[in-house]
Amino acid sequence: MTTTATRELQYREAINEAIRQEMERDETVIIMGEEIAGGAGREHLGIVDAWGGPFRTTVGLIQQFGNQRVLDTPLSEAAFIGAAIGAASTGMRTIAELMFIDFVGVCMDQLLNNAAKMRYMFGGQVTLPFTLLTRIGAGFGSAAQHSESYYSIFSHIPGLKGVVPSDPYTAKGLLTAAIRDDDPVVYFEHKGLYGNTGPVPEEPYELPIGKARTVREGTDITLVGISRMTWVCTAAAEELAKSGINAEVIDLLSISPIDYDHVIDSVKRTHRLVVVDEDTPICSIASEICAMVADEAFDYLDAPPSKVTAPHTPVPYSRVLENNYMPNESRVIKTVQKLFARG
Amino acid sequence: MEIDRDTLLKLYTTMVTIRNFEERGIPETGQRGMSASLHSSAGQEAVPTGMCAHLTDDDYLASTHRGHGHCIAKGVDPKLMMAELFGRTTGSNKGKGGSMHIADMSKGMLGTNGVVAASIPLAVGAALTSKLKGLGRVAVAFFGDGGANQGVLHESMNLASVWKLPVIFLCENNQYAESTSVEYALSTAHVADRAAGYNMPGIHVDGMDVFAVYDAAEQAVARARAGEGPTLLECLTYRFYGHTVFDNPLNYRTKEEEDYWRGRDPIKLFREAVIPQGDITAEELDQIDREAEQLMEEAIKFADESPLPEPQELYEDVYVSYPTEALKRGASMEV
Repeated sequence: MTTTATRELQYREAINEAIRQEMERDETVIIMGEEIAGGAGREHLGIVDAWGGPFRTTVGLIQQFGNQRVLDTPLSEAAFIGAAIGAASTGMRTIAELMFIDFVGVCMDQLLNNAAKMRYMFGGQVTLPFTLLTRIGAGFGSAAQHSESYYSIFSHIPGLKGVVPSDPYTAKGLLTAAIRDDDPVVYFEHKGLYGNTGPVPEEPYELPIGKARTVREGTDITLVGISRMTWVCTAAAEELAKSGINAEVIDLLSISPIDYDHVIDSVKRTHRLVVVDEDTPICSIASEICAMVADEAFDYLDAPPSKVTAPHTPVPYSRVLENNYMPNESRVIKTVQKLFARG
Repeated sequence: MEIDRDTLLKLYTTMVTIRNFEERGIPETGQRGMSASLHSSAGQEAVPTGMCAHLTDDDYLASTHRGHGHCIAKGVDPKLMMAELFGRTTGSNKGKGGSMHIADMSKGMLGTNGVVAASIPLAVGAALTSKLKGLGRVAVAFFGDGGANQGVLHESMNLASVWKLPVIFLCENNQYAESTSVEYALSTAHVADRAAGYNMPGIHVDGMDVFAVYDAAEQAVARARAGEGPTLLECLTYRFYGHTVFDNPLNYRTKEEEDYWRGRDPIKLFREAVIPQGDITAEELDQIDREAEQLMEEAIKFADESPLPEPQELYEDVYVSYPTEALKRGASMEV
């Protein structure tokens, strides 16, 4: 990877740059979705790119690449996501945007039964270079149908890969890798990260799908964060340091493949684990990582593998409820303190 | 309708090959204990035959659970299909898919599909590829009267119409979705009526008459290749057997009805229409029948003599790239 000419970009700008650079590099890359440009059908009034995406992650693409490669769609997720899979199977490299992960119910069949299974069912005859962009994350008063973080569902489905970038650098590197990947990849953008800034190389670069990274080194406990929860973990770690607990923080970055080895190597040194997951607790990534650590690193543990997650409820609307729904520093700190109180 | 002699013989050959595959392949697969999920298309042969006569290997076809006939008409080798049904590594899908997922990308065959109507948007996507790359190819989405009621069909018809894609939505209306009749489940007299909602031609023809299908398909393909957009083509047909091999259709339809439709066997109708014209003799067609029978014997022999998969093949072709260890980690596998 080259790291020359680094400058600060927002998370949303890093996403936009990755798409733009891959569309420049490879003319078979196309993107489709609802409102990714916006104002479709009003070109005769001089209107183009009216929205640039609901969160402006796709702004400017239609002006650079035209409406044959940047395709605004009717509200028909099953049809256009299925079409993106069909186009990927016949020679295009496709990106489709599902506006919020909560909407996956209307198109899940295409992801579950076609994208995930075609290569296997067909005996390897087909490759599906298909990326699904979608959004997760609570904290915006958007209630239960626009705020969920259902990535664990996709971790569960063989045939799909999944990534959960946490900052502008990982946003660009993982999206570049996802678009170039010959397997279907679900790319989870967190709504709470779009405005965050950070250094991003100007050149295209890939970060490997399936690799976690350590964002804070420590010796006493391993905290694993997923997407925005990584920064809840680092904030908690700074606080814990004041009481003499030196936490290591791992940013998971991929939900399929899961980088178990990175976590287990850390736990073998720290002997304790807390996974912080914004998704609900049952059959979650957090429970999966805890189970694998218990299975493969049992003898190294000084305390039960633990998790801090959302409760087993839908995302509530009222802020007082939503603030209690999301994992926060306080819950992480208290969970860690309990583990140390066991002696 | 002016169809040359070679084309006539090809239509007949395709129909009897499909019929023989269904009549021989399905029971032989059952006898080998390979699958309970087998759906015979016997009786419906005229539809894929008339449709695919206008397609080349470069064109695309997305199929259904009752898709053996679609595969044969699109040019998939019956030997590879038989081996697939028998679960052999030489099968079209290396024994990974079976009857409901037969695919051959070299023939534009995007798979039979086990979820009703799920393959329809794949054809829309293939048509998008053709349009964006300027390939001049068309894509055909097969579905049944059951699939006609799935939402994804309606979304797909709208999208294909909005984007003016070279797609043919081909409904094989065999009058029963499992055991539920179209009289009950369809809100319109014809599936083709629904085309009006998507600003495309909606045509319904006699699906037991291969010439009627051939003519209608010719127009739909011409429209698609000319860049004029999609067509909904409904072919009224009949399956001679039940939904699957375990279904006794006399639980929901009458013997008289079955006899009527058996009397309209598309192969029989073809012979009755063509032989009196004098250009093609009954003996020639009988010879094609024998060759189709022989082809099935060869396909069965090929499949039986082909190797079964090694257990480790379980892990192959899930992804292009993914650590194999990660496919079985924590699963306490024996292989």
